Amino acid sequence: MNFYRTVDIDWFKQRLVMVMFCVTAAFAILVARLFFLQVIEGREYRRLSENNCIRLQAIAPTRGLIFDRNGKTLVDNRPAFDLSIIPRDAKNIETTLEKLAAYTGLPLSRMETNFSENRGRNSYNPVVLAQDVGREVLAVVEARKFELPGVVVDFKPRRHYLYDGFAAHLIGYLGEISRKEMESDRFAGYKSGSAVGKCGAEKIYDRLLRGEPGGRQVEVNASGQVVRVLKTVDAHPGNNVYLTIDFALQQKAESLMDKRAGAVVAVDPATGDVLAMASSPSFSQNAFVDGLSGDAWRALVDHPYRPMENKAIQAEYPPASTYKIITAMAGLEEDVIDTETTVTCPGYYRYGNRVFRCWKRGGHGKMRVVDAITQSCDVFFYHVGQNLGVERLAWYAKACGLGRPTGVNLFSEASGLVPTTQWKRKQLGKPWHGGETINVAIGQGYNLVTPTQMAVLIAAVANGGTLRKPVVLEQVRTAEGKSIRRGTADILGTLPASEATLDILQKGLYEVVHDRHGTGWWMVRSGKVDISGKTGTAQVVASPPEGMEDEEEIAEALKPHAWFIAFAPSNAPEIAVSVIVEHGEHGSTAAGPVAKQLIEAYMADRESKTS
Amino acid sequence: MIDNGGYRQFDWGLLLLVLLIGIAGVIVLYSASASEFDSIQNMVFVKQIVWLGIGFVLVLVCLLFNYKSLDGWAMAIYVLNIALLVCVIYWGREAGGSRRWIPLGPFTIQPSELMKITITIILARYYTRHSSMEGLTLRSLFLPMVLTLVPFALIVAQPDLGTAMLILLIAASITVFVKIEKRTIGVLSGLLVILVPVVWTFLLKSYQKQRILTFFTPDRDPLGAGYHIIQSKIAIGSGMIFGKGFMKGTQNALAFLPEQHTDFILSVLAEEWGFVGTSVVLLLYLLVIIWGVSIAYQCRDVFGIILAVGISAMIFWQVFINMGMVMGLMPVVGVPLPLISYGGSSVVTFMLGIGILINISIKRLGV
Repeated sequence: MNFYRTVDIDWFKQRLVMVMFCVTAAFAILVARLFFLQVIEGREYRRLSENNCIRLQAIAPTRGLIFDRNGKTLVDNRPAFDLSIIPRDAKNIETTLEKLAAYTGLPLSRMETNFSENRGRNSYNPVVLAQDVGREVLAVVEARKFELPGVVVDFKPRRHYLYDGFAAHLIGYLGEISRKEMESDRFAGYKSGSAVGKCGAEKIYDRLLRGEPGGRQVEVNASGQVVRVLKTVDAHPGNNVYLTIDFALQQKAESLMDKRAGAVVAVDPATGDVLAMASSPSFSQNAFVDGLSGDAWRALVDHPYRPMENKAIQAEYPPASTYKIITAMAGLEEDVIDTETTVTCPGYYRYGNRVFRCWKRGGHGKMRVVDAITQSCDVFFYHVGQNLGVERLAWYAKACGLGRPTGVNLFSEASGLVPTTQWKRKQLGKPWHGGETINVAIGQGYNLVTPTQMAVLIAAVANGGTLRKPVVLEQVRTAEGKSIRRGTADILGTLPASEATLDILQKGLYEVVHDRHGTGWWMVRSGKVDISGKTGTAQVVASPPEGMEDEEEIAEALKPHAWFIAFAPSNAPEIAVSVIVEHGEHGSTAAGPVAKQLIEAYMADRESKTS
Repeated sequence: MIDNGGYRQFDWGLLLLVLLIGIAGVIVLYSASASEFDSIQNMVFVKQIVWLGIGFVLVLVCLLFNYKSLDGWAMAIYVLNIALLVCVIYWGREAGGSRRWIPLGPFTIQPSELMKITITIILARYYTRHSSMEGLTLRSLFLPMVLTLVPFALIVAQPDLGTAMLILLIAASITVFVKIEKRTIGVLSGLLVILVPVVWTFLLKSYQKQRILTFFTPDRDPLGAGYHIIQSKIAIGSGMIFGKGFMKGTQNALAFLPEQHTDFILSVLAEEWGFVGTSVVLLLYLLVIIWGVSIAYQCRDVFGIILAVGISAMIFWQVFINMGMVMGLMPVVGVPLPLISYGGSSVVTFMLGIGILINISIKRLGV
């Protein structure tokens, strides 16, 4: 036993000698390498180490462009240059800055503040002195580069909104990333100082648009000038985003809303594609790119008509008479009324000791449901609402997509409000009054909707009952043109209405424009296309904006909001539109013509394309 | 043959070598963490001294038992270590994108580091019973493969590629040392020749291939690993024969190198102390490893021999891979330079290894 083990051990000993040999050989390799680096090539490496000669320079990627549905460029990038300084190369920063100011004419104090504010811990990191300098500055710096050690010019393309203010809320704008944004999941991994989308498509598709930065390894001389480029990794350009909006239609919508506050949303009822989404007043996106002053920003935020708000999705208004579509639907479906049910409108409706007036003081006389929609008779719908009760009305409103965001891929969409007894008890701590149901039935009271919600609703009435999620993204293509993502058509639900009910509603909406007594007869009827729609006039209950003193202005601010929701052509709808004009006074006069002209423009454009 | 119970004198030589490396490490660390902006210098350098102190205490602790009892505890140690690795997955503390540490009061333990010793112990136990002069057969290799691949997979998942690779290399070194049958070598290499191209062409996605290619040729990543290697080579080369002198390194002071006080510490040493200084440190490492192998040489117990070889292999691979990487001979993997790179877990594992080596050298004669 013992004998066997000793043999074994001796056998291991031979192998251990081999191990020692291998280890020594491996170390010989290390020493040889060390000798090569430090002794043979040492002088060259010493030289390279002296000024930290091998450096990395970032190459900014080109941000993807934004197009409309037909491939028209809406947003691109323009070449621009930033002036920076590398403190370590500059040697004497003050004199270098003074010289720079003298040669270029750029204000010295600005550069000095920028330098002290932006300076980082590593003195080899470039510090930005001036952004977006002109080509003449570039030429001067290039010509005098030996007198300006450490000064570098970086090519930094800037975002350029070709049609400044065009679809500004939908497209969004770029700005420097904030501290809060850097901590958010959306921008995880972004570097400080990077430009990111602040709202709209620029923000939502930021990761797709931004591309990937590249860089180069360069060797520089003692004053920091590049002597040669060792290696380059190209930047990857970002993807191009195609929106569903139609340039011409969007432009038309914006020009129609010029000098008014409000919103226009146009969708394709068959797909949910948003053809136009305008919120007025708009703002200049390029002003943000160039850097907005504090005053300019405050002026935007304090503006009484809220230019920074995307009214199409963020503003909530009482739906007013446009809501009668839902009241009628609920009444028909719940068998509270049928096509023949007649209500006589004397111009008022008595409930308990309160009197609710019809908008037509003298009364409408005998009304059936189609007439009531056509002439927007309040009294008829007071009756229907009273018989339905608020809970059933609320159920239908919710089933029609109200009271919750439509899910359009944009930020901060408001959900609107569908009041119920439970809601009132919870939120206001008060019981529901029967009279409130009467107000709700004609879209006043606590009801709140966004223009986009109404666009989805009217599109559903047009397309036979399908509530489609509004789609703003047509597709995303790589810089090479390969389509990598398409907007997805989602169905939100189906209107709670039978075919017969929809037929009645469609008939009513048609008569609004085509019946001599219809509320849209005078202002909306078009010789070119059959339009169906519904007017609405929303009472403003709030007090005028703060700080408003001019009496005329105050009177203006207390005027009701004007609604018009419509689709066309009536028999085979291709477009559905929702228009609100704040303080437009009457749906028929203020909002109706906007819808009409928009629809006419769209149909004319369609015809010219097909013919 | 058995005349004096097998106890010999304490191995002062090995301890002295280790102490010298430790002192060199503290000096380099002092300089490496002295950047013009940070005040972490004192922290890093004092902490490292504390860890070295703990390490020397651990060496003494290792002498309290006979290394042969490790043979009996092997399975328990292994299972415990695996359990800790599993714990890391669930309760591990995350840092720098990987989950390696288990918090334990004011300290953290890194089970993957301890695995380097554990794998040596468990394989020593197994091979003591299963090796023969003809070499290991495919069948007898099955269990060691499983024993190695389980912790390997757990560590890759953290992810800690450097340590996982070390585990694999230590296990492979021990296995090759106890000899593999010629036919088995043939089968294994044949399998490799077939599998590698198959996996490459059919299983890997193109981005994975890119990553592997970049790993082996840092030049493909001139903005990342490639740039680090260039800066590291400049730092080392610029040291020339005698170095720039203590605290005079420029590359180091400007923080161009990532992890200059951990994985890339050698570049600071080489820049400031030159070829002469670096060669001395290299020589110290070589002596430690040779010392370890000679402890195996004088040992008369198979378990002790394999254990000593495994620990020597552990030290060897860490030094070789780290230096090879920093000098631009090898891909960039996170493997610290024993005792010089900053880090408690690494110091503790190294000192445990040294403690076991000394234990073997004292009690090596067998019962």
